[in-house]
Amino acid sequence: MNFELTETRQMLQDSLRRFLSDRYTTEVRNKIIDSDAGLSTEIWDQLAELGVIGALFTEEQGGFGGAGFDVTTVFEELGRAGVVEPLLDTAILGGGLIAALGDADQQSLVERVIAGDLHLAFAHSEPGGRYDLNHVATSVTAEDGGVTLTGRKAVVANAEAAEILVVSARESGEAGDEDGISLFLVPRDAAGVSVRGYPLLAGGRAAEVDLDQVSLPESARLGAPGAAYSAIAERVSAASVALAAEALGAMETATELTRGYLLTRQQFGRPIGTFQVLQHRMADLWIELEQARSAVINAAGHLEGDARMRDLNVAAARNLIGRAGRLVAEDTIQMHGGIAMTQEYELAHIAKRIVMSDHRFGDTDHHLEQFIALSA
Amino acid sequence: MDLSYNADELAFRDEVRAFLEEKLPKEMSDAVREGRSLGKDGHDRWHAILNEQGWLAPNWPREFGGCEWNAVQRHIFEEECCRAHAPRIVPFGLTMLGPVLQKFGSKAQQDYYLPRILSGEDWWCQGYSEPGAGSDLASLKTKAVRDGDHYVVNGQKTWTTLGQYANWIFCLVRTDPDAKQQEGISFLLIDMDTPGIEVRPIILLDGTHEVNEVWFTDVRVPVENLVGEENKGWTYAKYLLTHERTNIAGVGFSQAGLDAVKRMARAEMSGGRPLIENPHFAARLARAEIDLMAMATTNLRIISRAASGQAPGVESSMLKVKGTIIRQEINDLARRAAGIYAMPFASEAVEGGNEPPIGPEGADHVGAQYFNNRKLSIFGGSNEIQRNIIAKVKLGGGA
Ligand SMILES: Cc1cc2nc3c(=O)[nH]c(=O)nc-3n(C[C@H](O)[C@H](O)[C@H](O)COP(=O)(O)OP(=O)(O)OC[C@H]3O[C@@H](n4cnc5c(N)ncnc54)[C@H](O)[C@@H]3O)c2cc1C
Repeated sequence: MNFELTETRQMLQDSLRRFLSDRYTTEVRNKIIDSDAGLSTEIWDQLAELGVIGALFTEEQGGFGGAGFDVTTVFEELGRAGVVEPLLDTAILGGGLIAALGDADQQSLVERVIAGDLHLAFAHSEPGGRYDLNHVATSVTAEDGGVTLTGRKAVVANAEAAEILVVSARESGEAGDEDGISLFLVPRDAAGVSVRGYPLLAGGRAAEVDLDQVSLPESARLGAPGAAYSAIAERVSAASVALAAEALGAMETATELTRGYLLTRQQFGRPIGTFQVLQHRMADLWIELEQARSAVINAAGHLEGDARMRDLNVAAARNLIGRAGRLVAEDTIQMHGGIAMTQEYELAHIAKRIVMSDHRFGDTDHHLEQFIALSA
Repeated sequence: MDLSYNADELAFRDEVRAFLEEKLPKEMSDAVREGRSLGKDGHDRWHAILNEQGWLAPNWPREFGGCEWNAVQRHIFEEECCRAHAPRIVPFGLTMLGPVLQKFGSKAQQDYYLPRILSGEDWWCQGYSEPGAGSDLASLKTKAVRDGDHYVVNGQKTWTTLGQYANWIFCLVRTDPDAKQQEGISFLLIDMDTPGIEVRPIILLDGTHEVNEVWFTDVRVPVENLVGEENKGWTYAKYLLTHERTNIAGVGFSQAGLDAVKRMARAEMSGGRPLIENPHFAARLARAEIDLMAMATTNLRIISRAASGQAPGVESSMLKVKGTIIRQEINDLARRAAGIYAMPFASEAVEGGNEPPIGPEGADHVGAQYFNNRKLSIFGGSNEIQRNIIAKVKLGGGA
């Protein structure tokens, strides 16, 4: 047993934490959120330079990490600072899918991702599909020398910034089947692609993406026709590990901010942290935080293993974090009083990150169902 | 025991329903249902419609132009308004200041201010809280110093809801710095146009401009704007805080919220079936509804006691705590029901733009509303403060 980070990961954690606490202040971040792009290319470049993107890929793929604990090391820090830049979408999902399924030509895109030169988006969810990963109704029709895609993709994070959308579409079967799903590399500015962008409540941007007879060459397909589901499931598991770690980091920040506030805020002539009712609530949050950390470790440790154990541990982590995260977000706001309701106070954003992470790739209940199905 | 409304109450309910059907503009109820802000004009318009009907001040005595409805009637009215998605009546003039002036104000103050509240000429805001005085309101520092026929006011109020629309503010100010905290406070009416007042917006975590800071620098307020006696303001403030809390449980809001969640959960699909049939979601929904059914009866029990003249005591604290927990739980259910579509920050939808919605019907505002309504357990006496009151009373320490 050893629960320490390796030296490399420790260094990554230290340098990322230092960088974010110096450069990614509340003020800077809130400006980024208010900007039209919803992300900072400057920050993105620096993250790439620090090796943060490379840490999310294996050596084989051109990176120097890529394991579950690399993902959690990075995302916990991103969560602590409330980072809105789309590492999940460009690296874990977009880049990860290309790395998993792409041919030699397509793999060269991963290099560009690691260098910070390429943004991607994973256009998978569809309106009405909720969190069902196999719900893909976007159609693929063969056309001379290529295919056309038609369908609509819902809440596609980072779609506007992405040069290429990694789009799932159905070659055969029906929405709900795992077989028959392919992935395609679709240039965002391809004819027939329309993108209706909007900001997200927790920062960053997403879009509704309409695909209207988008013509693509055969070379746009990632991997063999109709066989992308297991790679999608694997990458979405990694995304779930990332989201859980990010929420964990955000929960740490939320409790630290609250601890500090309870020690300084005076009401009735004494610090509010002297009220036992608040002390007990804090104690509960710290207990939950340790639980959350262990759940994240369980999930990260199983990311490379057997798919069933991976999915079981991921579902467990997301369910636990969903519950603990809500408690932390709501209780830390409550214990602050009005101040935490204001946009410029750090906790407001952090709490939104925590709660909104429960809406990506399955919420608390969805993961409970997954867990029940897998543990039966 | 009789759980149903009597014939008079039912007739009253029908009358209210008919009125709302006829007079509540559809674009207004749509905006309320979709969680869009109405702006000052919208509020003013609804205020005028109610005033024309004579139903603007359910709690005021008839001599002041109110309806003098009893607690059950008021409850029915509020319930029906929520059901119909009528805009919330801004409470500061009508339910807060009005009763204080009626009980403690001078004849001149009553004659001048009360009709202007009804006509909508004056929009009042509440200047109680300060940066250093939240739960511990009596520690407030904004001071008023007598100078001839004026008080000179210096200090800062905060969290002033809709202060950006207000032309008047009622304030608690410190007039005797040497007295015991509660005994040196006075209740002042201040014209927001007086030189030296600055209103600065505070943007809430859902992006809305709902509250403000109000700064006072050498603001000269005529002494006739003092309500009641100098240094007796705390008594009036407590009267205001404890007296008018009929809708504190927010049962109507919860009911409307629950209906909206059900609508969404019937339309949303999960694993090929309507979300409302999903056992996990259904269990959450059922628990909230079970709580709400009991809450509705608790509320009515307390209301009917109040209608027979008993002043609610610790019960209003109980209604506040449980009522806000239920409302917040329903907001949580709404965001869950919306699924991935809880994520967009639909600023246009919130601010009343003309863009089509992003997600399914009703989903656009649920994320923002979930966060915005965290305020429910913070303001109006936080839920911790309410629990302190309950415990103190029940454990025999006196109220
Ligand atoms: C959206 C919004 C609108 C508002 N509108 C208005 C308005 O129009 N006018 C106005 O005057 N005010 C308004 N308020 C202010 C509101 O009344 C205060 O926020 C409230 O009184 C709590 O004060 P505080 O925010 O300073 O928190 P604090 O009093 O600092 O409390 C912080 C935390 O400590 C807890 N706490 C404090 N004392 C105790 C204790 N003795 N025991 C246990 N726990 C304790 C609280 O419950 C809370 O969890 C508004 C607030 C909000 C958020």
